[in-house]
Amino acid sequence: MKYMKSDLFKLSHFFRRRALCSRYVSTNIEKWQSVVGLEVHAQLNTESKLFSGAQNTFGGLVNNCVSLFDAAIPGTLPVLNRKCVELGIMTALALSCKINEVSTFDRKHYFYADLPSGYQITQQRAPLASDGVIDFQVYTPGIHKKPYKKSSKIKQIQLEQDSGKSLHDAELKRSLVDLNRAGAPLIELVFEPDLEDGEEAAALVKELVLVVQRIGACSGRMEEGALRVDANVSIRRPGAPLSTRTEIKNIGSVRGVAGAIRHEIERQRNILENGGRITNETRSWDAVNKVTIAMRDKEVVQDYRFMPEPNLPPLRVNLKTKEDSRDVISVPLIQERIPELPAETRRNLIEKSQLRPETAVQLVNEPLLLKHFQDLTLDKERDPIKVANLLINDLLTVLNKCKIDPEKCPVTKKQLVELVDLFLSKEINLEVCRNILNELVTSEIDKDKPIVDLVHQKGWALVTDTEIITQLCKEVLDNNPKLVKQYKDGKTKVFKALMGILAKNSRSKYDMSLVSKIMEDLLKK
Amino acid sequence: MNKLTSYTIKKIHKSYIEKILTPTSFIDLCLQKAKQASELNAFVTLTVEEAENHGIESEKRLYIDKNVKPLEGISIGIKDNFCTKNISTTCASNMLRNFVPTYDATVYSRLRQAGACLIGKCNLDEFAMGSGTIDSIFGPTRNPWGYRKNDDKWRIAGGSSGGSAVAVSSGACVAALGSDTGGSTRNPAALCGVVGLKPTYGLVSRYGLIPLVNSMDVPGIIARTVEDVTAVLNCIAGPDELDSTTLKRDFNPIVMKELDMSKIKIGIPKEYNCVGMSKDVLETWQYVTKLLKNEKTMIRSVSLPNTSVSIAVYSILNQCEVASNMARYDGLEYGLRANEDYSTEELYASSRSQGFNNVVRWRIFAGNYFLLARNYDKYFIKALKLRRLISNDFKNVFNGEDSVDLLLTPTTLTDAPRYEDFVSKHNRDQCAFQDYCTQPANMAGIPAVSIPVRLSNDNLPVSLQLMGPCLSEDLLLNVARKIEQLVNFQHTHNF
Repeated sequence: MKYMKSDLFKLSHFFRRRALCSRYVSTNIEKWQSVVGLEVHAQLNTESKLFSGAQNTFGGLVNNCVSLFDAAIPGTLPVLNRKCVELGIMTALALSCKINEVSTFDRKHYFYADLPSGYQITQQRAPLASDGVIDFQVYTPGIHKKPYKKSSKIKQIQLEQDSGKSLHDAELKRSLVDLNRAGAPLIELVFEPDLEDGEEAAALVKELVLVVQRIGACSGRMEEGALRVDANVSIRRPGAPLSTRTEIKNIGSVRGVAGAIRHEIERQRNILENGGRITNETRSWDAVNKVTIAMRDKEVVQDYRFMPEPNLPPLRVNLKTKEDSRDVISVPLIQERIPELPAETRRNLIEKSQLRPETAVQLVNEPLLLKHFQDLTLDKERDPIKVANLLINDLLTVLNKCKIDPEKCPVTKKQLVELVDLFLSKEINLEVCRNILNELVTSEIDKDKPIVDLVHQKGWALVTDTEIITQLCKEVLDNNPKLVKQYKDGKTKVFKALMGILAKNSRSKYDMSLVSKIMEDLLKK
Repeated sequence: MNKLTSYTIKKIHKSYIEKILTPTSFIDLCLQKAKQASELNAFVTLTVEEAENHGIESEKRLYIDKNVKPLEGISIGIKDNFCTKNISTTCASNMLRNFVPTYDATVYSRLRQAGACLIGKCNLDEFAMGSGTIDSIFGPTRNPWGYRKNDDKWRIAGGSSGGSAVAVSSGACVAALGSDTGGSTRNPAALCGVVGLKPTYGLVSRYGLIPLVNSMDVPGIIARTVEDVTAVLNCIAGPDELDSTTLKRDFNPIVMKELDMSKIKIGIPKEYNCVGMSKDVLETWQYVTKLLKNEKTMIRSVSLPNTSVSIAVYSILNQCEVASNMARYDGLEYGLRANEDYSTEELYASSRSQGFNNVVRWRIFAGNYFLLARNYDKYFIKALKLRRLISNDFKNVFNGEDSVDLLLTPTTLTDAPRYEDFVSKHNRDQCAFQDYCTQPANMAGIPAVSIPVRLSNDNLPVSLQLMGPCLSEDLLLNVARKIEQLVNFQHTHNF
């Protein structure tokens, strides 16, 4: 009996869950709205740290880029690095922020081994800039059919110090601290919760990376921690108030942002649909197992005991004129130094080069390929659409397949110029072109070796000799009298079959448009 | 007092040039004096080797290079909360007992550039939190005035820069640096019968001064005469790139000159006549007022209405910044580290409770409480608003209608208390009492100087304080010198 009862219970439970699932699949999927807001920390690309003269570098010898101030030696004082302010202002301007004429610094207190002074200097109350916006295109091939425009408001941009790094040796029960990063300059960008899912968040981050790279404010290298993303995620029924939010800390890649948020939304939805409650907590993203994990040490609510930093006078900037002095930076002068931004590049690609929006998005997302595109199309003879397609559809595909960062694409500009010209002059066809790109990416090929040599060496040259092609076509027609008859009886679609036979039988590469023309001429005789 | 060790800088330089005295012999004399007076406990560290080397360097510059720097061969003491390269800097705390900085505070390197010779590092209350120089891990500093061997009725030196004041008063140093957050330079100077200057906030660099309250701390100067204080100020004042709160404009050295005292207007703030002020002090205040009137100086009663709340406001702001500044002492990078390895938190907690005395720990607790998100507006913000009102009080008397040039007040409410009486009260109550007349100047950032006037009934120094608007050091010090001449205070203690 006991068994039965429990089995029954299990069974009913099973059915209930199934029922819930199917309901969710059929009707509930639209009935949850997810709301996502981001906070991004970007390391500023400066020679020295935010408040000290120590070198600001990634991967230096442990504890070798540490000034007395960075180690919080008593009696040392912060001195604001002007370059950091300039880069912060430039980023803020690129994101249409209002630069604040006066901003101030605050101390945010917490005890941690990699925070030597026991507080972080940040700009909590009066940030460097506020009220900005980032516009971006959401387009992930395979997920979206077409790009769509999205924007997110920026609440504030503040300057602050990075912390050092703690390394825990569980076996020896020791913690080691590296202060090379302590005091490195960061800007924190706080976005409003304007996003709906992980893909939008990923697209925002990608756009932000492009912007900071363009203006040289940050390397944008997420794998080095140069740009780190925290995501606040909550869900609700339409019209209902937001559920409790969770925060995913320190996501280290663009795809990670998409994945972490997607999984967190799913996790929250499962909890709520099963009658559970979301707790306000900090989670981390496990990129290997594709789950978010609660971070135990952050459960206690911290009171950061903010206090104005008494050792730094308020930071004043000149918003109106180009008068620039040692202590007062002219914002209009910085405005002049802002280069073309990604959105404008995309607009130019679509309007001037006639590229499709999705191609433009993809091209701008890969700065090196974009550079190649711009170099190649300087020569107006080269068709920009074909060049773009070659770079995005073919080169990028090969790179992705080989898991090579497009920024580290081994194909040189010289090789691309030759390859594109061989292709555009029809000396090679698209298939050969792809084969060559594959060779160039995967094999160690002398960068000075002309592509044309490779084509010949591999026997990939396109045959354009009319006599050879005429001979070949004649052979195919002679061997297939039935098809020829059908064609002459008016069934012209067999033409494709004849062409297919030709392509299948021949080992060399032919200029198929020429083949087609000659074949047609022969048939009409 | 030995005749030579009571010489002023001018006299010493004259003797050097006439070769009646040489830097090495003078420095030797100072070191001897310091050792003789060791029972006063003015020094945490006597820097004998440095002093001798500095003396030799001075001698070489003087007699070979024929180049007399402004403080050439002048013996100085430095409060032990200023960092000195390769010389331990303890803040009189277990936390920093073994701390040896690898850099010099700006004020010390400027003194060295001016030719000064370091005699030693001076005692203080732990992390400068106190007004008696009694809360030091090295024991209290004793006031040379009224001091008799083997008598436990000795007087405190005042504080927290008591070591610096005694080093000067006893003749071991011509001048000494203190720090002044709420009166820490002026208070011991007043009780030890020497001159103590708190410059305008931002005039002298704080780089290398281990902070108490960053927004109020100023390096202070102690010497036996106003002229010597001025000579030291002329060497250390001025912008410093390493301290962003220093004023950017260049500092013009102050020249001592004869003033037409009838052109000077001095205010007597009525709120400074407060409960607990001794008869000696009140009479001294009236005495100098009368002397100035005789000089046809315009004396006027003025009001600084927010004075009475100042001490409470000072105390809140002090504790908040203390809580923040002390957060760095976790025993990891430097300082005391407890033998606790259960967890990082445990290590912090035990290092900090072993490293700090009760006063420091008490202020950290209070400060963190005031800074909690729920208390911030109630205490910290309110205190800042009141600080502004206190500061405005000074602006009004210095700039408004019927404005005055300077203010004359007592420095302390009494002469130097006996140690046994002083320690019977809590540090908090003592500071509230002792800092009453001095901390408003720190709240407003204005300069103030304490000058010894005469002796009390107990034959102890009684001093008065002059305060002026920001950057009025020139007038302030020249008037102080005039008063100094009028009162002709004599250093008559046994050391």
